[in-house]
Amino acid sequence: MGKKDLIKLRQDKMMNENGIIFLDNVNKTYSTGSPAINGVTLKITQGEFVFVVGDSGSGKSTLIKLLLRELTATSGIVYVMGSDLALLKHRSIPKFRRNIGVVFQDFRLLNDRNVYENVAFAQRIVETPGNEIQRNVPAILATVGLAGKYKAKTKQLSGGEQQRVALARALVNRPSILLADEPTGNLDPKNSWEIMKLLEDINEQGTTVLVVTHNKEIVNTMQKRVITMKRGVVINDQEKGGYIDED
Amino acid sequence: MKISTLLYTIVQGFRNLFRNKWFSLASIATISACLFLFGIFYAIVANFQNIVKSAEDTMAITVFFEEDITKERIREIGELISKRSEVSEINYISDEQAWEYLQAEYLGEYAEGFEENPLAGLDSYEVTLSDVSRQSALITYVLSMPGVRKVNSQPELADILSGINVLISYVSAGIIGILLAVSIFLISNTVTIGISVRKEEINIMKYIGATDFFVRAPFVLEGMLIGLIGAAIPLGLIHGIYNYLLTNIVERFSILSQLLTFLPVDTIFQYLTPVSLGVGVGIGFLGSMTTVRKHLNV
Repeated sequence: MGKKDLIKLRQDKMMNENGIIFLDNVNKTYSTGSPAINGVTLKITQGEFVFVVGDSGSGKSTLIKLLLRELTATSGIVYVMGSDLALLKHRSIPKFRRNIGVVFQDFRLLNDRNVYENVAFAQRIVETPGNEIQRNVPAILATVGLAGKYKAKTKQLSGGEQQRVALARALVNRPSILLADEPTGNLDPKNSWEIMKLLEDINEQGTTVLVVTHNKEIVNTMQKRVITMKRGVVINDQEKGGYIDED
Repeated sequence: MKISTLLYTIVQGFRNLFRNKWFSLASIATISACLFLFGIFYAIVANFQNIVKSAEDTMAITVFFEEDITKERIREIGELISKRSEVSEINYISDEQAWEYLQAEYLGEYAEGFEENPLAGLDSYEVTLSDVSRQSALITYVLSMPGVRKVNSQPELADILSGINVLISYVSAGIIGILLAVSIFLISNTVTIGISVRKEEINIMKYIGATDFFVRAPFVLEGMLIGLIGAAIPLGLIHGIYNYLLTNIVERFSILSQLLTFLPVDTIFQYLTPVSLGVGVGIGFLGSMTTVRKHLNV
């Protein structure tokens, strides 16, 4: 058994014991001195659908950044897919991120390229052969309801359509985890629900989905696990929970 | 890495040029303007130095010998002088050759009044220096040699030319240095700004899981292409202008072209081409490399 096999075995064991995402007493303090995450411990198992809610400054975005290894914890341990992210070397980060799909409120598409190129870009990064890209991209675009728009420039699309492109890009490499940071923040109610429906479908196919949101109606209606944060602390973690209104 | 990935990054580098055409145009214009000024100044300085050098090359000292000197001793003196490092050329002029030259150049038909060679016994060496500033040292050395009677020279002119040469070297080195520094500053700033506005694009690539190479390669290639085009344009312009001026000066001002020796276009471009391309491509490469690196830690 080689070193890589041993590492994989250890990661699998870690995932079985602690879930696909595991934060153990994590603190994150920025250089300004204010703690963004304060003693957070949480476990998310494979295949779960989780909402993270809370006011601005509650630490939700910092949590996403920690999970993407954009930031490292000041103390405590962040495990994602069995890997201790503090031990991840800079050159290993791209490979790690390829297992995580990410969707943002502002879509973050490459606006100088068309829909097809935006989605294909994620496949090119993982060096998928050209013929597979030609097969996979139209298929995923059909899944998110954009089958006929692959030639369109992203700026020509509505907000809902742009978010679908972002979703297609996040999913085309079949990630284990999907992180969505305010995915409906710029969308009208109709489009918001369509995106949430897509996220639910994706979750039903086995992908772990973590959604950061402010949308009370969606959180209260979908009846999923809800983690509520306030000033960097998890103040509530409830199965089939609802939006706790601080006001 | 797969060849297809490498090809993809190369294609993206070329496409980026057109995707960001305003940035590309602004960068190319900045690089072209800087290197055009640099090239023009270099061509002027190189010609000026060449003119002074040509004047220096015509500066010679003439060595005359004692009347009773033997041909063997004259040959020995010639060998000793030619071994000096500041000597570029030494020509023996016999009294017969000197008389023929005098008749042909100055006396003409009046020479018939002379029955014998009035310059008999006035054999000489005409010594050309590679470094005119060392003329006085050479004269002192030659005068100390037994058998040498007199040395003719133009010490004031030699000093003036030597002074001009040193002055041109210092001034041109200073101005070229400043021009290059300004070019490097302007070009790297343009490249930096152009890439900084695309920070978001780099962030997106990193979030999706692109390696540093995958993100950086198209930007670096784009920077190098901009540098290459930005350097090629002024080179082409200067080549055309220089050729035009050279042809016109020779045709219209033949007196000027007899007095002054202009460098051929190939000689100018022998150094200008590699320096301009090096500066353009080099700054394009380094500027994009360092700027992208700043945004890679996402």
